[in-house]
Amino acid sequence: MTALPQATEKKLGLVIDLDTCVGCQACVTACKGWNDAGIGLSDQDPYGADPSGTFLNRVHSYQVAVPDAPAQVVTFPRSCLHCDNAPCVTVCPTGASYKRAEDGIVLVNEDACIGCGLCAWACPYGAREMDAAQGVMKKCTLCVDRIYNETLAEEDREPACVRTCPTNARHFGDFADPESTVSQLVAQRGGYDLMPDMGTNPTNKYLPPRKKGPGTASPLAPLLDIKATGIAGWLDRMLGKI
Amino acid sequence: MHPAPSVILFSTLSGLGFGFLAFLGWGALHPSGWAAFFLWGLGYGLAVGGLMASTFHLGNPKNALKAFTQWRTSWLSREAWASVATLALLAPVALSSIFGLGLPPVLGQLGGLLALVTVFTTAMIYTQIKAVPRWHHWLTPVMFLSFALAGGATLSGLVWAPVLLLAVGAVLLALWRTGDGAFARAGQTMGTATGLDQLGVPSVLDPAHTAGSYLKREMIFVVGRKHAAKLRMIALALASIVPAIVLLVPLGVWGIVLAAGLHLAGALAARWLFFAEAEHVVGLYYGARG
Repeated sequence: MTALPQATEKKLGLVIDLDTCVGCQACVTACKGWNDAGIGLSDQDPYGADPSGTFLNRVHSYQVAVPDAPAQVVTFPRSCLHCDNAPCVTVCPTGASYKRAEDGIVLVNEDACIGCGLCAWACPYGAREMDAAQGVMKKCTLCVDRIYNETLAEEDREPACVRTCPTNARHFGDFADPESTVSQLVAQRGGYDLMPDMGTNPTNKYLPPRKKGPGTASPLAPLLDIKATGIAGWLDRMLGKI
Repeated sequence: MHPAPSVILFSTLSGLGFGFLAFLGWGALHPSGWAAFFLWGLGYGLAVGGLMASTFHLGNPKNALKAFTQWRTSWLSREAWASVATLALLAPVALSSIFGLGLPPVLGQLGGLLALVTVFTTAMIYTQIKAVPRWHHWLTPVMFLSFALAGGATLSGLVWAPVLLLAVGAVLLALWRTGDGAFARAGQTMGTATGLDQLGVPSVLDPAHTAGSYLKREMIFVVGRKHAAKLRMIALALASIVPAIVLLVPLGVWGIVLAAGLHLAGALAARWLFFAEAEHVVGLYYGARG
C-alpha cells in the first residue's frame, strides 16, 4: 500500500558524519557490489566512451567558503533518507513503493513497479534511479537483506556502506530508541535534516563538519614572493619593456 | 525535467480528447449517424491515443493494470480510474448519438464533468510534486483545464471558442510569470540541500560522477532552454492568438480544422516548455538549478 504508516515501531536509518568522511567512495563501491548481487544494478557501456549505471549511493564533494576561517572541502555521501513523510511512496500508482510499518525502511516491490518514474520525480534528494536494463526503480534498501540475515556473522548485519566505511563516518541504528548510538550521535553533534522545508521528515541525519581553527600562514610563505635581482633582475626589466 | 515525447504527446492529446468529449457529452453539438461516429471517434481517438502514448514511457508496462490499485493516495492511479470511468460512461452516450437511441442527457453531462476531472487528475500528477517548484502551484491545473476547454470548444466550433483560446494565452502568461520565480521562492539552495549553509557557502568541487546518470538525464535537463523565450512566443501565438483569429474568419469547417491544428501545435510547444523549463531541486546537489 502506498499509504504511509501512521507510525513505525522502529526507525532504522543512518547517521553520516561529514566531519570524518574522506570521500574515498568505498561506500559507493560496497553498496554497488552487494546490491548488484542482490537486486541487480545494471551498467550501460561500463568500459566504453559513454559509461552510465545505476547507483544507490553517490558521494559529492563541495568546497565551502567559511566566513573568518579557512575554506573547507566537504565530501558528501547522498542516498535514500528513509523519510517518515516519504513523497516517493504516496505518488506510486501501483503500491510498489512502500514504507514498512515495523522498521520504517522505504522499499520498492519490483514485481509491482511499472517504471513510471514518478517516485524519482517526487524525491527531492535524487535517491531513486531507474535501472535502464530492468526498467524498474532502484533505491537504497538499507541492506534489508543483510541487517536481518542470520546466515551472516553478527558484525556483518549492518548496511554494506556502514560495514565498509574505513573512517567510521557512517553509523546504522534505530532512531526511535533515544539510547541508540545514532540517537546519541545526533544529540551530541547536532545532527540535521537535509532540506527540512520540503516536509519529508528524513530519518537519516547528517553530522556537520567541525569548524576549523583560524588559518596560520605557512612558514614557507615568505619564499613565495621572490624578486629577481642582479642579471636576472635586469633581464626581467628589459624583457618586460619589449 | 526531461521533456519525454511520450509524456508530452500523452498529456496534450488526451487533454484535447477529454476536452472535446466533455463538450460532446454536454451536447454542444447534435451530430447523428456518420457525423456522430466521426466526431465521437475523434474524441475517443485523441483521448485513448494519448493514454496509449503514456505507456511508452513506462519501463515495465506489463504491470500497468496494477496502476488502478492505489487511488486512495496516488494521483496517477486516480487518473487511471477517472479516464476509464469517463470513457465507459460516455460510450452509451456516443452510441445513442450515432444510432439515435435518445438516452437522457444527464449521462452525457455527468460524463463531460468526469472528462474534466480526468484532466484535473493529470494536472495533479505534476502539481503535487513539491520537488519541482515550478509545477507546485494551483495555476498548473488551471493551465491543463484551460487547454482542454479551449481545445474542446475549438473542435466543437463553438462561437465563444476564441474567448477560451485567448484565456489559454492569459493563463500561459500567468503561469510563466509565477513559474519563473517559483524556484527562488521555494528557498532551496545547495546550502539547504547539503546542510552546509550552517558552515558557509558551498560550491561544487568535484562532481559525484563524471559520466551520465538517470538523475542527470531525467531531472537535470538543460538542453534547449536558451530557446525558451522564442518558444514561449511561438506557443502563445499558435495555442492562443492565431487560432482565435482564424475562428473569427468565416472559413466553415476548414477554419475549425486549421484553428484546431494550430492550437494543437501551440499546445505541444507549451507542454514541451512545461517540462524543459521545470527545475528539480535535486539539481542543487550537482550545482545546477534544474
